[in-house]
Parts: sequence; structure tokens; C-alpha cells
Amino acid sequence: MNLNLLTAHELSESLRSAKITSAHILSDLKDRFDKVEPKVRAYARQPFFKKSSSRNSVDAQLNGIPVSIKDNICSDGDLTECASRILSGFVAPYDATVVKKLKEQGALIFGKTNMDEFAFGSSCENSSFYPTRNPWDLERVPGGSSGGSAAAVAADEAILALGSDTGGSIRQPAALCGVVGLKPTYGRVSRYGLIAFASSLDQIGPMTKDVRDNALLLKVIAGHDKNDATSVDIPVPDYVRSLEKGVRGMRVGIPKEYFVEGMDPEVRQALNDAKAKLESFGVQFGEVSLPHTEYAVAVYYIIATAEASSNLARFDGVQYGFRASHKSVEKEPALISMYKQTRAEGFGQEAKRRIILGTYVLSSGYYDAYYSRALKVRALIKEDFDKVLGEFDLILTPTSPSPAFKIGEKTDDPLSMYLSDIYTISVNLAGLPALSMPCGFTKSGLPIGMQILGKPFAEEDIFRLAFAYEQNTLWHKMKPKL
Amino acid sequence: MEYEPVIGLEVHVQLKTKTKAFCGCANEFGSKENSNICPVCLGLPGSLPVLNSQVLVSAAKVALALNGTIRNFIKFDRKNYFYPDLPKNFQISQFDMPLSEHGYMDIKVDGQAKRIAIKRVHLEEDAGKLIHPEGTACSLVDFNRAGTPLLEIVSEPDLHSPEDAYVYLSDLKLALQYIGVSDCDMEKGSLRCDANISVRPVGQIKLGTKAELKNMNSFKAVRTALEFEFKRQVKSLEAGERIVQETRLWDEKKEATFSMRSKEEAHDYRYFPEPDLPPFTFTDADIKGIRKSLPELPKERLGRFVASFGFGEKDAAVLISDKELADFFEACLKIYNEPKKIANWLIGPVLSHLKSNLSFEALHLSPENLTKIISLVEDGTVSNLAGKSILAEVVETGKPPDTIVREKNLGQVSDVDELKKIIEEVAAVNMRSVDDYAAGKENALMFLVGQVMRKSGGKANPKIARDLLAERLKKT
Repeated sequence: MNLNLLTAHELSESLRSAKITSAHILSDLKDRFDKVEPKVRAYARQPFFKKSSSRNSVDAQLNGIPVSIKDNICSDGDLTECASRILSGFVAPYDATVVKKLKEQGALIFGKTNMDEFAFGSSCENSSFYPTRNPWDLERVPGGSSGGSAAAVAADEAILALGSDTGGSIRQPAALCGVVGLKPTYGRVSRYGLIAFASSLDQIGPMTKDVRDNALLLKVIAGHDKNDATSVDIPVPDYVRSLEKGVRGMRVGIPKEYFVEGMDPEVRQALNDAKAKLESFGVQFGEVSLPHTEYAVAVYYIIATAEASSNLARFDGVQYGFRASHKSVEKEPALISMYKQTRAEGFGQEAKRRIILGTYVLSSGYYDAYYSRALKVRALIKEDFDKVLGEFDLILTPTSPSPAFKIGEKTDDPLSMYLSDIYTISVNLAGLPALSMPCGFTKSGLPIGMQILGKPFAEEDIFRLAFAYEQNTLWHKMKPKL
Repeated sequence: MEYEPVIGLEVHVQLKTKTKAFCGCANEFGSKENSNICPVCLGLPGSLPVLNSQVLVSAAKVALALNGTIRNFIKFDRKNYFYPDLPKNFQISQFDMPLSEHGYMDIKVDGQAKRIAIKRVHLEEDAGKLIHPEGTACSLVDFNRAGTPLLEIVSEPDLHSPEDAYVYLSDLKLALQYIGVSDCDMEKGSLRCDANISVRPVGQIKLGTKAELKNMNSFKAVRTALEFEFKRQVKSLEAGERIVQETRLWDEKKEATFSMRSKEEAHDYRYFPEPDLPPFTFTDADIKGIRKSLPELPKERLGRFVASFGFGEKDAAVLISDKELADFFEACLKIYNEPKKIANWLIGPVLSHLKSNLSFEALHLSPENLTKIISLVEDGTVSNLAGKSILAEVVETGKPPDTIVREKNLGQVSDVDELKKIIEEVAAVNMRSVDDYAAGKENALMFLVGQVMRKSGGKANPKIARDLLAERLKKT
């Protein structure tokens, strides 16, 4: 059997009993990469096929397991370019905390995956390298912005992957590619070394072939970090051990605002089927209301772009990355010309659009009307969730209103692209954990995802429900024909 | 028409914490370029700031010493602007909720007491430093300073003369040095000062249009720049011109201010709350604890010196005007309990040595050495004059006073037999004065003492010599 098809928990067992070595895994991954990568283009650049673990201990939780990480997560000595021209040639001089933790547990940093530039997008079409394609239909997008990680896992070019999620960037591509993706509670995983998009929304999370791997990977990367003041000092539970605790009596809310007209009928049907299945395990469902849902996209695009405009200011051609070979402009100081030309040539269209939006909403005279108000509505959105999660353990929703769309279908219509995150954005605004997992396929063979939301730091509950569902379905075993 | 200046000062003080404000890099001046740097203070992609809590404590101490309020809820904001010395192209600062407000400092100018209100005290991070190597078209950046904690202290426009500003700055610096949170060395840039100045006819309440003065490198420069700017603005007004609101740079060589003529002033900094730093909470107990930890401040020490040692306010003011000097005084006092004598030595000879040296530290003088010299003089071992030359030698070489006395044979002759011999010799050649004294001319005695001193090469103990002479003369 090709080892690249296996999960980390399966491989770990074989590694421990010395039936295989991590070199075998790497070699099988290479064969797969050579075969499918030219079609899928999940990686930002060539992965490392010859790597050995810095640690070699049996009790290391990911000993010898290759992990693919999104191109916005720094790893010491490796190119980390956020799929942006402006960071071309940037070699991170340090490990992100998640990378440090992975290495401590014996994992191999296998390669960096493609993404929308600076995580701005829902389709991976905004990469300055090339668009990644959906392994289930190469004419379609894998979702974004962690589309490379999702596609790599779905195409069995990766064992485990990390993505980052600011408004759905882990969950939406997980849904579109038929893999499991978790956005942890804000503060659960250190952001140190994650190249920031929107600091108050960003979280790194695991993207995997099944729920058990997801729990395993979260356990390794989670925890308080003294280098990230927004990480929270709450003990990390053993997510894997609590998977099998069962779901009988769990209360799950279904928000009526999420099942609106225009929603893809096949997505609606898949969700209804999943609900019926879970009911048969003794899960209790109830309709709930999240009344401020309709403002989430607007609030998100104010707060996220405001923070992004400031976070991306440092890309100016001075210290690192791309600098335009600038021409002097009459009556303009050379420094100003350098800034302007570097940023004009270095950023892609969507990055520029968001920087301009964010700069606008923070400008004096507009701050109160936009940013300040958005913060207030953000608090209301969080209150909506607090209320519902006071009565229910979890919330179940679709992950995306439709399955994977065609490449080029939404590139000229940013607003319709923004709306593809309509079900995932509120979760980031509220700082909650949420997981997307496959719950069916369309007639044309595209994966459909469902989203399970939980209380802050209650990833265990989410995993329990997800695991119970997965144990009784076969969606996660389906493989795309490539 | 008579005009008065209205002046407000913005002072930036670097806090001398061990590490920088938001990372673990050493906070030191004078290291090799770009040696105290890390991903955080370089603003590298993915790095995050974490607040050094010592910074908050130091800042709170200053705020409390300046009689200001302390906020329980501390948050930071981003101030966005592009400049190559600012690695993130935003500065972590405090905007709408400064650490402290409503403070004040009482100063005395020409004997007149004035209360200067302090509008706000807030924390921010310093930027790096641009270096422009001569003969090249490029600029270099040294990021050692980037992320150094800075305290901005903004006064209300309560200063009404360049001298007011000078005294305010001197007193502020002294207070900061007493608290021990900053070196306040303008030459090293650990204290920087910008001044806002406008003029108005005396008696008018409405404020005139202000100019902001930058680039002053000493307190004296602040005073001179304000004097220049006051005259310039008055002259403009008298010529019927209008004052333009602008930033002006002080040119030390030309002793004049010049307009920056820059459009950069129309900055929109787009302040918003720093999302990477969760708000910090100061409890009332925290604040109480910090207040308790405040050391004695200059004004309190002055009061104590006047009350406990009976010093005049002028002498006490000299002693407390430098924390090291005042500390040295108190250290001497522990060894040798003669406050006035120590004070006289410090304010006189020691201070004159201090002036020719860079700092107290550079003198090889310890409280032990100084009190030893004083006691040598007081117990008559050496003369007052010899004492001063011992001090000079100690300052120069650091040798113990005893050694110097021995080596230079500075000991006074107090031996009665030896002195009597000298007295006999002097009496023999000054018979006339001996007779004069016998005839009741008291002055003659002083003349004869002087002769004894001369004969002994200045080493005779004058008091013993006088007594012995008087005794000897009675006999005749």
C-alpha cells in the first residue's frame, strides 16, 4: 500500500513498530507529488523529500510524520512568501511557535502550500504563483485561502497540513476539498510566526484526512505561548482520548438564519441527512436564532481590512522581500518613489483592494462611522452566540453555501466571492472554535461540508460529535480520481 | 505693545529597563549597530509584541511622581505612518486613553512658585536610527533603539518664559533621575524635547497661533530657541504679519529657527487599538504598591535637608540638585556625623572638582575618603589648606588620604617641644613685637603666629602655636 494514502495515526503505529520508516513515507509522497502535483499545484514550491526528524523518540507524538504548512507560517531557514511577490525571496530566520512544537514532537516540515496572497481570498486564485485546483474537479477552485493545504490533503500529497483561518480560510477549502479542517478558539493556538492578516481574527488550525488526525494535530500545536500575548493559558486537553466519549444527549442548535433562500439544494439536503443521522445517535436538535448574522460580512470586511492595512504596512521594500528597481519621479523624494513602486508592483489586486478599504475605514472622519461601529456590531454577534451556546452544546451549519465553483467564475465579482464565506465569518468575529468535515457529495461528485461550532475552548465537544458522525459514514474514505 | 510667550513642552524620555518594551532584547545605548535585535523589534513578518511589565511599572512611577491619575485599564494603539526607521511602519503608542492625565509639577522661578499642569503621560516605543554615511547616496538603519520604551510627557501651555521652560525641564529631569527610571541624557537621546510656543499681548486670554520647535539638543538650546522664537513671532506681529502654524527646526550654529516647509504635517495616523496586545489592568492595589515603592523625590529631600540639618534653602538646593551628590552626602553622614562640615566640603571644593570632571563616578572619591580628609583637618593632623590639596590628590590618583599625608609629609607640627623651639627662634629675631605685645598690643600676637607658621613651612598647628606663644610672651 502507498503510505501517502494513510493517516498520521495509522502511520504512527507502523513507525512505532518499525514496520516502516519516515523515508518510506517521504518516498511515497514524492511519487504521488510527481504524479498529481502538475495537475493540482497544491504546493507553493518544491517540498523537501529528504528530511529527517530532529528528534527521534518513540514518545514524540508525530515522530517521523511529514506535515505540510501554509506559506504564511514561518519555518527557520525556509522560504515563506505568503504567495506574494512582495515577499519573494523572504527566508524566515525563525520558527513559528507551531513549527517549533511540531519539530519537538518529531514531525518533519515537508513543504509549504499555496494560498491566496496574504490569505486574501476564498479560491486560491489570488496566489501570485498559480491557482491551485480542486482534486475532485480540476476545473474548479479548492477554496481558500488555505486551498493548497486542503488540496494537498485531499490529493494525498500530504499526510497532515496546517492552514490559517481569518474568516473561513481553513473550513471553506476543507469543505470544498472534502477534508477535515478546524479553526480553533481564538487564543488556543499561538499566532507567533503566522504572517498576520487580521490579528484579532487569525488562528492556525489542522487540516487532515480524518477527525482523529485533526485532534492529534491540534493537541500538538495548541497551548499558551509567552511570545503571543493573545494566546490563552488554559491547559490543553487530550483531544484524542476524549473522541469516543459518545454524543447521546448532546444538544445541537441549528440557526434558522443560515438556511436561507438561494442556498444550494444539495447542500441543504446533505445537512438534513447529517442531522437525521446524528439524531439517530441520540443528539437533540433545536432551531436557534443568531439575529445579527446578516451584518457579519460587512463587519468582517471592515475589521479585517483595517487590521490588514496596518499589518501589511511593513512590506515596503526596506528590510526584506521585493524592492522595485525604482525610477526617480520628479518632485518626489526617492524614498517615496521606492515605497510606491515597490507596493504597486509587489501586491496583487486583491491585496491592494483590502489595503485601500482598510486604510479608508480607519481614516479620520470615517473611523467612527465604520471601524468603531463595526466593533460594536461584532460584540452583538458574539452575544448572539453566547446566548445560543448557553442553551446548546454545539451549533450545526453548512460550511459553504455551495460546493466548489469554477475557476474564474467569481474573480470579477469580489462581492460574490466575499459571500462564499457567509457561514464561516461570524465564528472568527466571535472567536469561537469550528470544524468543517465532509457530509456528502453532489450528484456531480463534489464534496459538501458541514460546520460544527462550539463554545470557547470546547474543541473536545466538537471533535466528539465529528468523530461519532465520521465513524458512521464513509465520506472521509472517498478519494478523488486523479 | 507688550507680549508674553505661551509655551508647552513635549518631553520624550527613554525608560532604562533591562529589556525593550515588547521583546527580550537588551535595552542599551552604544552597542554595535544592529546587535540588540530580534524578529520582534525588527518587525519581521509573523512576529508579535509582548509587553514588558517593568515598562508599565516605571511609567506608573513617573506618572504618580507627577501627581497624575493612573488608568486602571491600559490599552495600546497603533499609530500608522511610513518611515524607514520604523520597522512595522506603525508605532505602538497610546492614543485616546493615555496611562496618566491631570498631573502637575510645582516649580520655582526667580523665587516665584508656579504650578505647571501636565496634560498626559503615555507610553510608546522608540524607532530605530537612520545613519547617512558621508559620500554615499544610501542610508542605513540601526535598529538597536527600535522598541526602546519611551514615555511622552506633555505639559499644558502653562510656561510663560523660556526660563520657566528651562526650570521645568531641569526639575523634571531631576525627578526622573531620583525615581531611577531614566538617564535623561539629552546627548545620548534618552531625553528629547519639542516645544510649542505662541505669543499674545499681555492681558489677552485668547491664544496666538503656535509653532512647534524641534531639534534642540540641550536644555540651554531649548531656552535659547524659545528666546529666539519669541522675538521672531513678536517681530512678525509688530510688522503686521500673521503667524503660520508650522514646525520649525532649531539650528544650533546659526542660533535661529527655520521652517521645515513640509507637507508631512497633514498626517492622518489612523490610530486604532493594537490587536496584538490585550488590555492590561492595573488594580488599585497595584497602584498603591507602586506609589509606596516611590523613592524620596527632590522636593521632599530638600525639605528634609533644611529641617534636619539646619541648612539654608540655597545650600540644600545645591546638594539635592544631583541625586548622586545628595546620596554621597548622606553616605558621608553615616560615617561622620557633621552635616554642615560635610556640606561645606561638598558644595565648595568637591563641587569644583565635579565641574571639571564628567560625573561623580569619574572622581576617585568615596565617602570614606572624603570624611577621612575632613576628620584629618578637624583633629588638626593637617591644615585646612593641606586638606584641600589631599582632596585634589585623591581625585587625581584615588590614593587613600593617609598615604598622601605620609608621602607628602603634610602632617601638622603639633609637638609642643618642637613648636617651642620654633617660637624661641622667632621671639629672638622679633624682639620688638614681643615688646609690643607686652605693652598691650594684641595685634603683635597674630604677627608672631604668622612668623611661626612661615618658619615651619606652613605645617605648624596654628592653634597650638598661638597658645604656646601667648604663654611664652606672658613670661617676659
